Amino acid sequence: MLALNAENGKLMSLDFTAISTRKIIIAYISWWLVLILVEAYAMVATFDFGWAIALADAVSMNLLIGTAGYITFTSLRYYQPNPRNAIYLIVWSIVLAVFCAIAHRYLMMWNLFPQEDRYQEYLAASQLIRGLLIWFMITLIGVISWIWFYLHDQRDGEKRENDTAKLAREAELASLRQQLQPHFLFNSLNSISALAGSKPEEARKMIQQLSDFLRGTIKKDDQKLISLQEELTHLQLYLDIEQVRFGHRLKTEVRQAEQTHTMVLPALLLQPLVENAIKFGLYDTVGEITIRIVTMMIEQQLIIRIENPFDPNTSKPKQGTGFGLDSVQRRLYLLFGRNDLLTTHQIEDIFITEVRIPQAHD
Amino acid sequence: MIKAILIDDEPLARSIVMEYLKAFPEISVLQECNDGFEGVKAIAVHKPELIFLDIQMPKINGFEMLELIDEPPAVIFTTAFDEYAIKAFESNAIDYLLKPFSKERFEMAIQKWLQQRTLPATTSTTESILSEEVRQPEERNRIVVKEGSNIRIIPVHEVQYIEAYDDYVKIFTQKEMFLKKKTMSFYEKNLDASQFVRIHRSYILNLQHLTRIEPLEKETYVALLKSGVKVSLSKSGYAKLKTVLGL
Repeated sequence: MLALNAENGKLMSLDFTAISTRKIIIAYISWWLVLILVEAYAMVATFDFGWAIALADAVSMNLLIGTAGYITFTSLRYYQPNPRNAIYLIVWSIVLAVFCAIAHRYLMMWNLFPQEDRYQEYLAASQLIRGLLIWFMITLIGVISWIWFYLHDQRDGEKRENDTAKLAREAELASLRQQLQPHFLFNSLNSISALAGSKPEEARKMIQQLSDFLRGTIKKDDQKLISLQEELTHLQLYLDIEQVRFGHRLKTEVRQAEQTHTMVLPALLLQPLVENAIKFGLYDTVGEITIRIVTMMIEQQLIIRIENPFDPNTSKPKQGTGFGLDSVQRRLYLLFGRNDLLTTHQIEDIFITEVRIPQAHD
Repeated sequence: MIKAILIDDEPLARSIVMEYLKAFPEISVLQECNDGFEGVKAIAVHKPELIFLDIQMPKINGFEMLELIDEPPAVIFTTAFDEYAIKAFESNAIDYLLKPFSKERFEMAIQKWLQQRTLPATTSTTESILSEEVRQPEERNRIVVKEGSNIRIIPVHEVQYIEAYDDYVKIFTQKEMFLKKKTMSFYEKNLDASQFVRIHRSYILNLQHLTRIEPLEKETYVALLKSGVKVSLSKSGYAKLKTVLGL
């Protein structure tokens, strides 16, 4: 019981079920000591018995009830009848009470004070009331234990539920982040392979850029907020790689408002949005394209706007935006609990993705 | 001399093929193309025996480009990992090379083709690639057609209905009609089934363009489109339409 209780004690943290095992044992023993003294004193004061008899009577009786209570508590730990089966609890407490009463009677009658006639008379006369008292005590302990374990179970269940929900959320965040397109990786490797033959120095440089980019993707924590500056540095690695692949068609412009440098956003949020914009721009048109990334501060919020051209005659952007936007949307919802932080619109042949990041105020 | 054409939107990806091809002086690349539009023109001009073709490219992908060519040459696909593409040519391609590919792997593909080339002509393998059911996701949203020497991309929401026409289908938009060498069952399978319903042996209807269903005679119906056009419904087509519309 102690071991289990200690374990539970560790799990519980905020409510009364978290009281330490040691304190419970001390309280339980003190309770019986007080009862023993009160009963003994009552016998001395009311019936004029000697202290020896009174104490022996009180100690033996309360020791029996205390043990019965302990047994009840322990059995309830392993088997908790539901309220409809309360009858088991009652029967169980009656059996224990009868056993205690009889044990006490025989102990006192034959073993301790068989010659004390006045006490024996008192013992016989108080048998019924004593039995009822014992039964009442055991039932009380039973009910308290039952409630105790019931609350424990509830807390455990709740905690398990919270833990599960938290784990699910973390897993989802992680999987949302792992969206680095295999396309991007394989095509980059193919470019490196091409450069290795003709321009080995550039191949080496691109390997460096790709490594730095991948390292940045691996080590960043999903839930951590990082400064825009840091995010843009990482994004630049990605843009440089795309530049090697699509330099003949792709131009990128990053315009950063000064007051946004130290503003924060979830790590690795921009890369999928920019990747989406680049793909959309490159595959929906045939000419040269410019991808614009603009950061602003509006109403103390960080706004990042990403623009790419598209062909309004052949594309319905709502369908063509793909996985990138959905997963970012979901991620923002999990982190901020809001669904309105990512918006898209179009002005003529420019598709605009805008993300808004609320800043914590201190 | 064997005439070849190279179609890929990344210059570096093309340069590696050019480099590997140095081992085959008999193959000469007549043109390098940045996208499918250039590819269609180059093929018409040069009539190559072999093309190297990327799949993900601007505007129209490699499969769509091939659809526009009447007698497609032999094709070796070069592409990065792509689950759709891999499924699509699992058994039918002359070969496909997954980027980045090695020189050895590239040479294997060429050797394989050179051997096939000397054999008596069998049915073109390229044709069978084109009839595969698994396609790129963007192809659910658009249909690419050739109109004279122009290439047109029709967003599927503009398609009112598709009509069977021998080996072809007629694709009707509000204003125009396009012919395309495809089967009805291809479109039945590859267009969004909640949007396009085969309402007749000869018709596939875009529900967005439907206004109402009118009885014609006893137990026969026609679909009235927003443009005023009437399209007849078969019995099973009528039943299917009712299910899709939740009637």
